[in-house]
Amino acid sequence: MQRPKIDKGFFENLHPISIPFEENVLQTLKAGDLVSLSGSLYTGRDQTHRRLVALLDEGRELPIELQGQLLYYVGPSPAKEGQVIGAAGPTTSYRMDAYTPRLLELGLKGTLGKGSRSMPVREAMKKHGAVYLATVGGAGALLSKSIIKSELLAFEDAGPEALFRFEVLNFPAVVINDLEGNDYYEMVTAERLGVKYEKTI
Amino acid sequence: MKTLQSSEITVAVRALAMSASCDLEPDILDKLLAARDREKSPLAKNALEILVTNANIASREQIPVCQDTGIGVVFVTIGQEVIVEGNLEEAIQEGIRAGYAEGFLRKSVCDPVTRKNTGTNVPAVIHLEMVPGDKLRIGFLPKGCGSENMSGLVMLPPSAGIPGVEEYVVQKVKDAGSNPCPPVVVGVGLGGTFEKAALLAKKSLMRPLGDPNPDAKVAEIEQNIMQRINQEGQGVMGWGGVNTALAVHMETYPTHIASLPVAVNIQCHAHRHKEIEL
Repeated sequence: MQRPKIDKGFFENLHPISIPFEENVLQTLKAGDLVSLSGSLYTGRDQTHRRLVALLDEGRELPIELQGQLLYYVGPSPAKEGQVIGAAGPTTSYRMDAYTPRLLELGLKGTLGKGSRSMPVREAMKKHGAVYLATVGGAGALLSKSIIKSELLAFEDAGPEALFRFEVLNFPAVVINDLEGNDYYEMVTAERLGVKYEKTI
Repeated sequence: MKTLQSSEITVAVRALAMSASCDLEPDILDKLLAARDREKSPLAKNALEILVTNANIASREQIPVCQDTGIGVVFVTIGQEVIVEGNLEEAIQEGIRAGYAEGFLRKSVCDPVTRKNTGTNVPAVIHLEMVPGDKLRIGFLPKGCGSENMSGLVMLPPSAGIPGVEEYVVQKVKDAGSNPCPPVVVGVGLGGTFEKAALLAKKSLMRPLGDPNPDAKVAEIEQNIMQRINQEGQGVMGWGGVNTALAVHMETYPTHIASLPVAVNIQCHAHRHKEIEL
């Protein structure tokens, strides 16, 4: 497999992680850890979430099995000929908050986006043992280089909001919420204020 | 008098749309480089390095800087002596449609009720202004909505004064946190009416980045707000440091004696903006 051309020195000391997550890996991740993801993940944003939850409400089967998976919040730009994908950086995660606890109940083990999550989502992550990661917003051209395969799985009519499966290699991310309920954004705030960080959940 | 064919306008807008999404303007690149150079937080510095590299890759390979290639906001300034043969609005929309299709840009426009994607990225939002002269200027701002969603407007009582204005803007950026992809550009519209303030805030984003308002009183407010935002220390991506905002632009307009409208339009670091003159 060819390593994507990414200039060195972006994130130093990245911790390599395979996805879907292997057993006992999640508990080793701590808020603020820098990770490099390789393997496969699913994508989804507003419309995909709305539709997945609508299927659940109707008691129907989902087009994908969520158990153990990582879901990346992204709506890529179209690929030109010869490209795997167009720009494919993260979208803002809070818009998925209304739907996320339902998916965590089904065994989803991680989400990847940008920006902070609501308290109900953080509580649900803690309850179901899932993590939340963020990557660099607005770096869609560069991040596309870490996506080595893209496959459309469902909701094609939603255009950029369709559900894809991506194969990624060395995709950089930061752990925001770990299994213990720590929140990296809150840790940054505590540090700035010069106060001791205390978990809010 | 000067006559322009609507087809010329379509061609120009198509080129603007395609280039704006892949080639960042020098003003934003300079700000990102300066931010990287003064950043002390290692993670934020690395993120800024990523953003600069991302811009280089985007331009070199003509990949959009960000997958959110936005909803088009078009500022048309038309000289009174310009005659457009054909339909100006349709010519612009057609340019956007062609640019987004041929430039492999993301189609992000949908019906607000059904949420059904129009599939073409049109309609764009067009603002038309008539001025003396024989020039047609078209400014294009493909607006990503991760940042747009963090915007806000308040009708303050005049007693709140400038301290109240500053407080509202700073709080808005603070509340936005890491959502709008900081470092952000903060557009502020002060005065006028409800809708005028919002339009001023948006329009201020078209100013060359970091240029102060020519009115020294307003420029001072811009500086104060900028300083306070960057002292908050949320930083790049909410990962700490001194670069939460790259610039604060404020535009003002006289307002009613009872009113003090303040609009804040937040723009991400992928600050794509282009302008042409026909």
